[in-house]
Amino acid sequence: MSTTIAQNKGFGATLWDYLTTVDHKKIAILYLIGGGFFFLLGGLEAMAIRIQLIKPENDFVSAGFYNELLTMHGTTMIFLAAMPLIFALLNAVVPLQIGARDVAFPFLNSLGFWLFLFGGILLNCSWFLGGAPDAGWTAYAPLSTTQPGHGVDFYVLGLQISGAGTLMGGINFLVTIVNMRAPGMTYMRMPLFTWTAFVTSALILFAFPALTVGLFLMMFDRLFGSGFFDANMGGNSVIWEHLFWIFGHPEVYILILPAFGVFSDVFSTFSKKRLFGYTAMVFATVLIGFLGFMVWAHHMFTVGLGPAANSIFAVATMAIAVPTGIKIFNWLFTLWGGNIKINSAMLWSLAFIPSFTIGGMTGVMLAAAAADYQFHDTYFVVAHFHYVIVGGVVFGIFAGLHYWWPKMFGKILDETLGKITFWTFFIGFHLTFFIQHFLGLMGMPRRYWVYLTDQGLNTGNLISTIGAFFMAIGAIVFLYNVIITSIKGEKVGGDPWDGRTLEWSIPSPPPHYNFKQLPLVRGLDPLWIEKTEGRKGMTPAEPVGDIHMPNPTILPFVMSFGLFIAGFGFIYQVDDASWLSAVFIGMGICLGAMFVRSVKDDHGHHIHKEDLDKGDGL
Amino acid sequence: MKGWMGKVRALFWLSILSIVLSGCGKENLSAFLPKGYGAQVSLDIIFISLAVMVFVFIVVMIIYTFVLVKFRQKKGQEDFVPKQTEGNKALEVVWTVIPILLLIIIAVPTIAATYDLADESDKADSLNISVTGNQYWWHFNYGEEEIQTSQDMYIPVGEKVYLNMMSSDVLHSFWVPSISGKMDTNPENENTMYIEALEEGVYWGKCAELCGPSHSLMDFKIVAVSPEEYQQWVEDMQNVDLEATPETASAQEGQAIFENSCLGCHAIGSSPTAVGPNLTNFGDRTKLAGVEDLTHENVVNWILNPEKMKPGNKMTGNYTVPSEEEAEKIADYLLQLKPSDVTPETASSNN
Repeated sequence: MSTTIAQNKGFGATLWDYLTTVDHKKIAILYLIGGGFFFLLGGLEAMAIRIQLIKPENDFVSAGFYNELLTMHGTTMIFLAAMPLIFALLNAVVPLQIGARDVAFPFLNSLGFWLFLFGGILLNCSWFLGGAPDAGWTAYAPLSTTQPGHGVDFYVLGLQISGAGTLMGGINFLVTIVNMRAPGMTYMRMPLFTWTAFVTSALILFAFPALTVGLFLMMFDRLFGSGFFDANMGGNSVIWEHLFWIFGHPEVYILILPAFGVFSDVFSTFSKKRLFGYTAMVFATVLIGFLGFMVWAHHMFTVGLGPAANSIFAVATMAIAVPTGIKIFNWLFTLWGGNIKINSAMLWSLAFIPSFTIGGMTGVMLAAAAADYQFHDTYFVVAHFHYVIVGGVVFGIFAGLHYWWPKMFGKILDETLGKITFWTFFIGFHLTFFIQHFLGLMGMPRRYWVYLTDQGLNTGNLISTIGAFFMAIGAIVFLYNVIITSIKGEKVGGDPWDGRTLEWSIPSPPPHYNFKQLPLVRGLDPLWIEKTEGRKGMTPAEPVGDIHMPNPTILPFVMSFGLFIAGFGFIYQVDDASWLSAVFIGMGICLGAMFVRSVKDDHGHHIHKEDLDKGDGL
Repeated sequence: MKGWMGKVRALFWLSILSIVLSGCGKENLSAFLPKGYGAQVSLDIIFISLAVMVFVFIVVMIIYTFVLVKFRQKKGQEDFVPKQTEGNKALEVVWTVIPILLLIIIAVPTIAATYDLADESDKADSLNISVTGNQYWWHFNYGEEEIQTSQDMYIPVGEKVYLNMMSSDVLHSFWVPSISGKMDTNPENENTMYIEALEEGVYWGKCAELCGPSHSLMDFKIVAVSPEEYQQWVEDMQNVDLEATPETASAQEGQAIFENSCLGCHAIGSSPTAVGPNLTNFGDRTKLAGVEDLTHENVVNWILNPEKMKPGNKMTGNYTVPSEEEAEKIADYLLQLKPSDVTPETASSNN
């Protein structure tokens, strides 16, 4: 492999480059494109839902199709939009923040992305093959195990494949952060975004296996006639709820913690202050991650677990409010006394505080089991988790993208368009979801295809739908911003924000190998320390030498494609045994690629010292 | 600065306005207007937790507003470097300990209420009703009284009624917001919850767990009447004359067709058949199929094409569709099934 790649490549060469890349920065862009695409798709589904609910007893979509929409909206947004967009930020930033040249397992990193993408495509193929899954993103048995058609099969196989990718990504970042920190970068000097990435990866490691097991059991129930969740065969449907939420609740923290990390870095940078109470922030992050595994049954207060279980899970859930509160106050006091500069990244972060506080408040209210008997499965819950996931995760993703866009692409996203996006989306968001708290208690359960005319729910739903249109406009303006910036945007240097952490010490976009010389880290906010002592950049920890980098490979793409084909085989072998050939072909492709990977020696390549000196190797 | 704050303020007033416009919801449906013991207890906890949380929110917003007004970058100070504070132990202890205390204020009544609502000490001495959730209708079996009915549950006001709930197919959740919180019906185990209506009335019930295409159409009612009227209703239901001949010729013919074609799934009287809803007091139902007005025309339309009213229902495809003429007769027969003078109207008018 040549280390000097021509700058003006044709489309084919660029495509091949991305199909085979193991570079974390390019994988970040892949995740961004993939996640962005599914975000728009999930958004379209959301708009169809809101249009259906614009007036009582509407018939914009049919009852069955509505259930497909609500299922795919939830599944897409969580697994195929929020997760990959978080992974985009993780990939783009974490190796740079810890002063590494790549992740620990670049091949695995690429495999993780392709598994996510093919899993997502498999799931969405269901739209064209007889109907999408329609049992809710939670896929509660026995509805999910007894639904006719193949919709839920696509859910099971699609999520199994993309979930495997996520698990790999989690393991990869754990190992990367443990092993690949630059000299002097102790754990307690890591930027908070890296800390949250670390805890999130640990949560993925422990949470996703529960989903994997649950999906396998469901796959056997649906495709091979077992009865794990079938009461008539001695099974138990509540077990699915437990398995799903043992995964599902930590999943919420998997999404929100990196967003917390983004806000921590953004607040610190744009108020020109060190993060207030760094140690407490780290401690709170770890504690939230730990408690996140102790509270899953608060999704099941009405299942009939009894008052003892309900009380224990209620109190455990309330306890999470304490570390979260610590974070909120530490952010406020990071801003306190600072020199606060408000730009788009900062707007999203500032808007997060009140929005997320409302989501946290309703979270504590929901935790009160006796009150939850009313809230449960109503629009109050819908409002709550959108305040947390949109007001937390999506705001965090927007903040992170505005903040790190110059690092990823060398250009700053247009500020005016950024502000237009922010205000339309922010106002639309509150308009859509605030009223839903009330709709829920006024008697509107969630996942309702229609509501009746005379039940006092008309005005609230109309307001909610109007809000949704504002959010859609905001998202479209952001997309336009991305396009216009990539065409016209001005190039910026490596450190446009007067940054504090390592990623701002290298050019934008960073060279292939990130750091010509690994930096020597002397404390929290290492770049800031160097700046205050009058230096322009980091002090190197090593002399300039040859840099060892991994080779690109198409194998991860091939493996994922094999599983994609096998997925179809598994789904359709129920109808016709000849589809088993697809299972064998697909698994053959996948295992064959694994075999090639195992026996072929690939030592990577070196970028030579002389090329580095010439400024080559980009 | 001003524009920014202005927008937030505008948003705030818009939200307030929207709440006022929509009120607290419809009486006998909204959880904001409790008419039952469980709903009252839940609403108390909702208000306690809301009060504590609003206090926290106000504190956060005061600091937030102050910080943004006071420390926003001023013209000419772009290069000002503020003091790099590491933290403050005392402050951090404060905002750890105070939230813990606030949570205790919520947690103690929550646990008390959770145990209160799960109390089963007087179950044996109370009215027990077995509730079965089906796609997409509810069945109520008054075991001791030997009464079976569907869709409208009659209960005496001011008395604890124990509901023993199961599902015959997928998960459902029994929710009558103005009477009590919800409880799931599972296919493998019986869940028990008690309800107690504090006022007479007809209360809207809804299914609150996604159960298929017609999930949103799985409505039912609780009809709370005075204990005397309830006794009357029980007697009337127990003494339904299955052989009674309807008054009109059309209804008589309808009865014959019904007994030939429909009785396999739909029971009249206390027969345990519950493949489809029990139709003993069909003429007194508040709604047809939970959501439609109980008119002759609607009943005929239902018999001819139930799929149009309730997509995915279990009747479609499982019976021989009668001619329109026959359907009219069946409707005539069904609509005159009014075994008791105690009806939903009794409950509403007494109120």
